[in-house]
Amino acid sequence: MGETFLTIDNVTKSFGATTVVRNVDIAIDKGEFVSFLGPSGCGKTTTLRMVAGFEGPTTGRILIDGKDVTNLKPNQRSIGMVFQSYALFPNMTVAQNIAFGLKVAGASTDAITARVEEMLGIIKLPEHGGRYPFQLSGGQQQRVALARALAVKPSVLLLDEPLSALDAKIRISLRAEIRAIQRELGITTIYVTHDQEEALSMSDRIVVMNEGRVEQIGTPLDIYNKPSSRFVASFVGTLTVLPAKIVNASKGTLSLDGQSIHAGKKFTGAPGKTVSVALRPEAIAIGKGGANANRLDAKVASVNFLGSIVRVKVRTGAQDISLDMFNQSTTAPPKVGEKVTVNFNPDDLVVLDGPAEG
Amino acid sequence: MKGTRFWAWLTFGIGAAYFFIPLIATIEFSLRMRRGAYSFDAYRVVFGDERFQATFGYSVLVAAFTIVLGVLIVVPTAYWIRLRLPHIRPVVEFITLLPLIIPAIVIVFGYIRMYGSSSPLPFLATTRGTDLLLAIGYATLALPYMYRAVDTGLRTIDVRTLTEAAQILGAGWATIITRVILPNVLIAVLSGAFLTFAIVIGEFTMASLLNRPAFGPYLQNIGANRAYEPAALAIIAFFITWGCMAVIQILSRYAPKSASRPN
Repeated sequence: MGETFLTIDNVTKSFGATTVVRNVDIAIDKGEFVSFLGPSGCGKTTTLRMVAGFEGPTTGRILIDGKDVTNLKPNQRSIGMVFQSYALFPNMTVAQNIAFGLKVAGASTDAITARVEEMLGIIKLPEHGGRYPFQLSGGQQQRVALARALAVKPSVLLLDEPLSALDAKIRISLRAEIRAIQRELGITTIYVTHDQEEALSMSDRIVVMNEGRVEQIGTPLDIYNKPSSRFVASFVGTLTVLPAKIVNASKGTLSLDGQSIHAGKKFTGAPGKTVSVALRPEAIAIGKGGANANRLDAKVASVNFLGSIVRVKVRTGAQDISLDMFNQSTTAPPKVGEKVTVNFNPDDLVVLDGPAEG
Repeated sequence: MKGTRFWAWLTFGIGAAYFFIPLIATIEFSLRMRRGAYSFDAYRVVFGDERFQATFGYSVLVAAFTIVLGVLIVVPTAYWIRLRLPHIRPVVEFITLLPLIIPAIVIVFGYIRMYGSSSPLPFLATTRGTDLLLAIGYATLALPYMYRAVDTGLRTIDVRTLTEAAQILGAGWATIITRVILPNVLIAVLSGAFLTFAIVIGEFTMASLLNRPAFGPYLQNIGANRAYEPAALAIIAFFITWGCMAVIQILSRYAPKSASRPN
């Protein structure tokens, strides 16, 4: 990757006795699109607000382009921000909203007019400059909010759950639009979301947070395919977590409900110790599979038709395992109660830390 | 159903009679100055009276100062409480209600004792100082109305997010208050301003005890010495107040609109 542009250096934030962000260390490259992903209360928004300057860290530093901005006010940081609730100024037209930051900065009228027109073009609302926010749809309002944030040419763009108030269809089209604009302008961006699909589809890298801590930082593929903790594995995507007993850690063999399986990667642990293993529904298929595949005998417990895919739950011993199969008119899904063999690639088996619950 | 409507209309009729009969009687009496015929003589006398013009002009001027003072105190206070100190809001609300509980006469005697010519802040030593003290006193009397009007206006906007949005775009506090917050609560501020105006125009106690030539003491003086003119003055004062209310209603149509409040 390129040079580090934004550094969150060992930042902790406490409100009284409650610590909401703990020792967060993140380095973001210039032009990178990084998402903070996590459940409500995980500290992602507080971290973002500390970058913006609305909250001060209890300990640690924040650096932008090598400059320590920890003690700078929000209006001194050259940051653009888009809020969940749009936060457009209701008394101003779209054009006046976009021009606000430029006016505050003392730009000339000609420069403001030119920039506002340029931004209206970028967000594809060239005819809407004279309208008031209440005359726009939610999606249009959020595009104006994006244009307003970008008009002042900030060095960093922060987006705080910008799509969560919109309906699903607009959300999907707008996230592609936001990503395209970000790529075009090459602006370093932090995007806060609790929606894993949003984070996976938009980001260069994802920071998964839980209880104020960074659980994992990685590319969307890494986060999805190689979760480093049980939390990441269960939070990102659908996952079946199963208890398995170690048979031979150095050879990667385990026992799942008395059936032998092996993992693609080696792990540590004494024979007989129970560990958690995880499988994605799309990694499992019905049938015997290839020569190296793990195979389990199971019974179909339920079949759910979800449109393009069919989610099947099979039971092996006391464990339920979910698997996804494409809906194909030529292949009928299995019937409930039917005995099947399911297979999965050893590389798709993720051995997680700690014992399985339940 | 029919019975319910009958009782509703009856209640409305009694209420309307209670309100309108004295008003109509006062109007009718104010028109009877000329013997045997209705005329506007009483109004002509009132409007032609130099003291009416002087006292009314004085009260309008004091009202204007009071409004400016009230806006300067209440808008930043209500804004800051909503933004940073929401936990002390009940305390501030209670304080703003005190002028309704403590009679104006108590406040004015307090002022006379506190700001007499021998005090460290001798407002009462000069005429201008007394005028200023009167405006300060009126701002206190209008506080319950002004604070509530502004606070209600602030409730309709997302103060914190709008402030943060302006801040991140480079705005300082003065810009945020004058260009983002105030325009969005302007209608509420104007409502408070007209309520203040209505209070100041008719106020008697403070102006009388501070011995200032305001409209309230003039009303009282005329009422004590004339027959038809006080009725005419009462009607004039009534229409000034109602005019203020009408202006508030008209202005509220131009309130800033939002997605949640499109009409």
